[in-house]
Amino acid sequence: MVAVLSLAIGWTFLSRFPETAMNAGDPPASPRQGFKAPDFTLELLGGGEVTLSQLQGQPVVLNLWASWCLPCRAEMPAIERVYQSYKDRGLVILGVNTTVQDNEAKAAFFVQEYGLTFPIPLDRDGSVSARYALGGLPTTFFIDREGIIRSVILGGPMSEAVIRSKVEDLMDEAP
Amino acid sequence: MYPYLRLGPFLLQLPLLVLLVGVWISISLTEKEALRLKLPASTVSNLVFIGLITGVLGARLAYAAHHLNAYLENPLGLFSLNANSLAGLEGLLVGIVIAGFYGWRKKLPLRPVLDALAPGLAAFLVALGVSHILSGNAYGSPADLPWAINLWNEYRHPTQVYETVIAAGIFYLAYQKPFGTLGDGNNFLMVVALSCMARIFLEAFRGDSLIWPGSFRAAQVISIIILAISLYGRSIWARTNSNGTEKG
Repeated sequence: MVAVLSLAIGWTFLSRFPETAMNAGDPPASPRQGFKAPDFTLELLGGGEVTLSQLQGQPVVLNLWASWCLPCRAEMPAIERVYQSYKDRGLVILGVNTTVQDNEAKAAFFVQEYGLTFPIPLDRDGSVSARYALGGLPTTFFIDREGIIRSVILGGPMSEAVIRSKVEDLMDEAP
Repeated sequence: MYPYLRLGPFLLQLPLLVLLVGVWISISLTEKEALRLKLPASTVSNLVFIGLITGVLGARLAYAAHHLNAYLENPLGLFSLNANSLAGLEGLLVGIVIAGFYGWRKKLPLRPVLDALAPGLAAFLVALGVSHILSGNAYGSPADLPWAINLWNEYRHPTQVYETVIAAGIFYLAYQKPFGTLGDGNNFLMVVALSCMARIFLEAFRGDSLIWPGSFRAAQVISIIILAISLYGRSIWARTNSNGTEKG
């Protein structure tokens, strides 16, 4: 028993997390929890463009959707309500329309139908869908002020309580 | 990594499916082992079910308690099927406590019941490893090795594969019982101790460790504590019978 515990303690001591790794800076970009959110620049519905990395310092919710996707329709009003609650505290929501598998006119109608007020980037060539390894709609990434993905929710619809809880976690982190 | 299967409008998350299959296999093995140990198999499987269900409920309620304002405003969110809104540790504790209470009420003998759970627990840990292979969770640290896998934009230790292979070895030992006497609780403690030793060893190759002060990996420290308890328990139980009397 003593020998086993001594070995375990010795191994734990030897395999402590290296200081060099702790100071190695940001994790690599990858579309999963704990990694840097892959950067992109996209044109917005209605004009202008947005670059994700320029939003660093603000918590970001990145929701990928399409107008034909029923769970996307079901969760969008809750996302809009959460945006209204937190936008004054610096929350950014990007509702990336996967235009490559949708239609810009339908996306515009969808936005009008649900009265969405947050920016709607258009992923016309599917590059952002590919970079975020999109496998199903909707998919939502909760990104902290440092640009690190804190939570990924694949599929939907998300309840308003889930969205609020994830957003509160992001807002609670020190700016 | 193939985290989901698309069936029309539905996204079936394969890692979750593997875990559910793991639970089913675990319960089947537990019932089989309970019969072998002459325990009431249906009561033992009820104990597992009650532990699982109250564990999930506890995990959801604990998550909601951590985000009270969000859930007070939208109480129906408690019934959401989202697995991202569960507090795992709290759920585990609630499940163990409630299952323990149920076993006490039903006057189930502790040590034989724990032994009945051992093969099922070991099988579930294999399923957990497979679910990690499918999801890419529990990923390894960057490595420059011939067997490193390209995952999340870097070559890494295939820790999910290490984990599954070792868990399969522990399952083999738990199922064949080369060390334990039937029903004295030692088979269960052996599974716990070996699983802790595996975690202590493998955590060194993980790239997602929670780091505690002193650069220690939290999972290793917790595993050492559980390992010490299980080894001590084994030494005590090796000297006594199930009813507490000294052996021979």
